[in-house]
Amino acid sequence: MNDIVIVGGSVLTVDGIESVDIGITGGKVTEIGKNLDGGSVINASGSWVGPSFVDVHTHLREPGFEWKETIATGTEAAAAGGYGGVVAMPNTDPVTDNAQIAMYVAQRGTQAGFTDVTPAGAITMGRAGDKMSHIDEMWSAGVRMFTDDGDSVADAAVLRLAMEYIANLGGVVAQHAVDADLSRHGFMHEGSVSSLLGMAAIPAEAEEIVIARDLALVRLTGVRYHLQHVATRRGVELVAQAKDDGLPITAEVTPHHLMFDETFVASMDPDYKMMPPLRSASDRDALRAGLVSGVIDVVATDHAPHAPREQEVPFEHAPNGVIGLEWAASVAHEVIGDDQMRFFAAMSQTPAQIASMEGHGEALAVGHDANIVVFNPTTEWTATATRSMSRNAPYLGTTLQGRVLSTILRGDVTYAAEG
Amino acid sequence: MDRGGGGIMNHLLTTEDLDRATLEELLADADEFSEVLNRPIPKVPALRGKTIATMFFEPSTRTKMSFDKAAKALSADTMAFSASTSSLSKGESLKDTALTVRAMGVDLMVVRHGATGAPWRLAEWLDIPIVNAGDGAHQHPTQALLDCLTIKQRFGSLDGLRIAIVGDIKHSRVARSDIFAMATLGAEVILVGPPTLLPLDTEGWPVKTTTDLDGVLETVDVVYLLRVQLERGGGSVFPSLPEYTARYGMTNERFSRLKDDAIVMHPGPMNRGVEIAHEVADDHRALILAQVTNGVAARMAVLFHLLGGESNE
Repeated sequence: MNDIVIVGGSVLTVDGIESVDIGITGGKVTEIGKNLDGGSVINASGSWVGPSFVDVHTHLREPGFEWKETIATGTEAAAAGGYGGVVAMPNTDPVTDNAQIAMYVAQRGTQAGFTDVTPAGAITMGRAGDKMSHIDEMWSAGVRMFTDDGDSVADAAVLRLAMEYIANLGGVVAQHAVDADLSRHGFMHEGSVSSLLGMAAIPAEAEEIVIARDLALVRLTGVRYHLQHVATRRGVELVAQAKDDGLPITAEVTPHHLMFDETFVASMDPDYKMMPPLRSASDRDALRAGLVSGVIDVVATDHAPHAPREQEVPFEHAPNGVIGLEWAASVAHEVIGDDQMRFFAAMSQTPAQIASMEGHGEALAVGHDANIVVFNPTTEWTATATRSMSRNAPYLGTTLQGRVLSTILRGDVTYAAEG
Repeated sequence: MDRGGGGIMNHLLTTEDLDRATLEELLADADEFSEVLNRPIPKVPALRGKTIATMFFEPSTRTKMSFDKAAKALSADTMAFSASTSSLSKGESLKDTALTVRAMGVDLMVVRHGATGAPWRLAEWLDIPIVNAGDGAHQHPTQALLDCLTIKQRFGSLDGLRIAIVGDIKHSRVARSDIFAMATLGAEVILVGPPTLLPLDTEGWPVKTTTDLDGVLETVDVVYLLRVQLERGGGSVFPSLPEYTARYGMTNERFSRLKDDAIVMHPGPMNRGVEIAHEVADDHRALILAQVTNGVAARMAVLFHLLGGESNE
């Protein structure tokens, strides 16, 4: 008899979507078939079952900012969002620019036990943008994604050399594509709302300029390139063009850029402050269409916790970012609709490939690690609390459709929805 | 795009959502308070026992003094908070600062802050009326009231008047407040400035925009000059101060081309010789000191409406 059986679900297997039960024993998928037995039964009737989600863009804040989030609390929130693996961004203190910090982050993830945690390494020392980080020793310690996230690597010569080095290793360069000069004084999207508020703003071209430059460098170096949190219509068009040209690029979109636009900033509530900023409704529509079509490969949360007291200030003084791990799947489902294959591609399979996260993002098959999520696409729920230490969540109080019911990491149930 | 907190009966945060009846009522009351201020004892007991705190998180002398005078003329007690001497420099959040001052027993807060929307946040956290005395480059509604009062006293009404607001519109909370109040009161508003100092997107605003001051100069009834922020001058947003003056300054030559009864206004502080010629500033058709005087009356009207008016509670 299996340890656990998941019964009655619509399951993403290596043979496609099937109505089958899944048996789990010893942390592995041991049976796929009808009428399976198990010591513990998870009812997945009406639900989608597939590989647990992978987030390629998570800020866990540890080490250095433990008043915002810890690796334990952040990954607990991730598990509640259906995630089995997250990529921890390197803008910690100290910065993850060497193997010691990378190993510390991964180890803290293992200790917490909610999700696998793969650290991303900084491209430059201290994310200062000038000197190459310890890319090679971090690679040896398991780092596969390199990014100065929070800042673009502004110096094209510095980025070009890092790209050449990382391309040779087989890693991926992930870029926060916002031009530093055009965004330096800005707090929000430059457009009708910023004009009315008189708030210093960032034109959409700040993103376009960096993407266009980077694509030229990708062509030059051949590096695998991942565009973080694309937020503009023109950005989506550039990605589509680059893919047509055969460049090795992928792109992510965040749940908040899919859900909201610049008009929400008119409330001047810091829960709508992020970088890149919420863009126009036209930009948001292009992001949604891009996710559906696959021009945008994946949904990534850019989960960015900040303590409540840091939000008790005017909009301009608040830090950038919102949390999102617990709602990303619901938002992705709202945009993608009832296409279960596309949903798991965007939430699990492609993110795992981008991050080179082994044991994750594979359609279910006997012998694989049992990293599984049960997602009900019809359940309506209203988020009223979070497992994150922070509360900077524009989704709180919003009714969403589609909810994670269970998350399993190598046979351990890391999340089970109440009720 | 509900920005909340709009009604004059709760707070005064912005002129965007003030309707004509409310504006007219405030201006009528301000006109009466102007008369009070001309009495031998320029004081009424309307707000006796009330405490008004002026919370200035950004340096200001004139606006703060004006609110202080307005509160005292209504017999309210006043308390002053200024950021430079406060616990803000010790890392206290804006919310804690506001709650602390409120707990001392304050009935209304007048707030100026360099950050857009700060008064909205206070309105959200506190249970007392908030008056926006300037937030970032966003709104400064009592300035609009005093400006409209000044124009109304001269012309009887704003209906049909052509008003040019000239200069750094993009970074001006005065302009953003005046535009909506003046348009609601029936004026035609024209924004004039170099392309780098006009707002990017004015679609849906009740204004026309132009970069050509000389093209509209002879057709307007009011020229409202904005202060050139000297720290922005030269090489960044326009080539140099002399070039600004040559194209956008109210020089003596331009002043001579205005309609005979046209007036010149300025929110102060002025840069004489930059946006306004020395002689123009002192001309009887420049109503700059009348604006300052009316500021006290306009602010009395606002405080009275929020704290003393029959509509309160």
